Amino acid sequence: MGVTVSIPTQLRGVTGGDAEAQVSGGTVGEVLDELFDRYDDLRDRICEDGGLRRFVNVYVGGEDIRFLSGLDTEVADGDEVKILPAVAGG
Amino acid sequence: MSPSGAEVLKQIKAQIDEVDPADVKDGLVNGVVLVDVREPEEFEAGHIPGAVHVPRSYLESRIENAVPDREAHVVLYCASGNRSAWGAHALKELLGYRHVESMRGGITLWKDRGYEVEVPRALTKEQRERYSRHLLIPEVGVEGQQKLLDAKVLLLGAGGLGSPAALYLAAAGVGTLGIVDNDEVDLSNLQRQVIHTTDRIGVPKVDSAEQTIQAINPDVDVVKHAVRLDASNIMEILPGYDVVVDGLDNFPTRYLLNDASVRLRIPVVSAAILGFDGQLSVFAPYEGPCYRCLFREPPPAELAPSCGANGVLGVLPGTMGLLQATEAVKLIIEQGDPLIGRLLLYDALAATFTEVKVHRDPECPICSRDPESISDEEMGVFPDYEAFCAAAG
Repeated sequence: MGVTVSIPTQLRGVTGGDAEAQVSGGTVGEVLDELFDRYDDLRDRICEDGGLRRFVNVYVGGEDIRFLSGLDTEVADGDEVKILPAVAGG
Repeated sequence: MSPSGAEVLKQIKAQIDEVDPADVKDGLVNGVVLVDVREPEEFEAGHIPGAVHVPRSYLESRIENAVPDREAHVVLYCASGNRSAWGAHALKELLGYRHVESMRGGITLWKDRGYEVEVPRALTKEQRERYSRHLLIPEVGVEGQQKLLDAKVLLLGAGGLGSPAALYLAAAGVGTLGIVDNDEVDLSNLQRQVIHTTDRIGVPKVDSAEQTIQAINPDVDVVKHAVRLDASNIMEILPGYDVVVDGLDNFPTRYLLNDASVRLRIPVVSAAILGFDGQLSVFAPYEGPCYRCLFREPPPAELAPSCGANGVLGVLPGTMGLLQATEAVKLIIEQGDPLIGRLLLYDALAATFTEVKVHRDPECPICSRDPESISDEEMGVFPDYEAFCAAAG
């Protein structure tokens, strides 16, 4: 059943319009690596220097991974991973 | 022969529990719900502090809103102890309230004893009519409406988010609405900025917004700040406001606002929109996380999308702006669970609301420190600030 990753509007340009992706579990880092394999340009948009960019948050089950185990946070089958960059439109 | 009213009242009083004002006074601190069952004009002329108002004529139909718990200790009072006796009897016998009492002698005896009476400032007849639907809900009532009338809310931007928020906050009777905006109404605004009209293209947005607000509700005092919010003016504009509604359209000002509001301890109801997506949260300084706890730094300018460049569904800021107005009203009337420590995400295309947690960051560069230690120089600044502003032009 895997893990569902939701991709925000502003990143759909690099995912070919995909709003959701199904990947296998493991850790958040592994989930992202699988996405990067699938979408070449995604890595630069959300990562730098091996970590997440500081305007991008990742949530597992509604919890910010910075307050869990970061990229080592475990993700189980059925979990929902949300990638959320800051937005400032008004 | 049928018994007289006086005889029935005597029987009723024999069937209920009565309590002396002295015991009510001592019991007030121990979680007793005190209900004033008199008519609205009697209540407004002076009532026991902390009393909930449910007129006798609506007692059976509205008591559940005021006192949902049938096990709660409820004391009713009226002017002299008769209407409250009838009411206590009804609550006990008809509605099953188990611990209900009537205060002997009513507020007349209470006053004779020299106990404290609170005289609320009265609403005018027109205000009672205008806000009647607020007055009917116990969470607002006269007290909440008075708080709204006393409140000062600052709207940052009279644009997509600020327009709907301003309309409803004005209608709700927020006494002072400050508006910061240095733009003029443009044709391309009108797809979503509903406070402005076609015949006001070219008019400063603060003037256009004021005109609409005054037409909706003359109770509202509009304070116009026709400037672009920046480090040189923010500490002059923000003080004195109770709540800030953030509808800003760029990152540097959002960070500046965050740092100033933490320093001044003013809660910010923040929303941001793009395309079909909205984000909403309440940043209450030192009570919950701040904007920097959520996003430590803004994206670089080349990755910072804007509605101007990327577009936005016209209805979306309406939805998000009204959620902001709702949160602002809740903060003012101190009711409900504010959206503190939570980020609400609205996906209009999927028609879903989801919520993620926002924690206070113990290493937050701003709100982990004393507000007094935040200097003018560092407000709104982040590592690539200069480059960001240069790129943003």
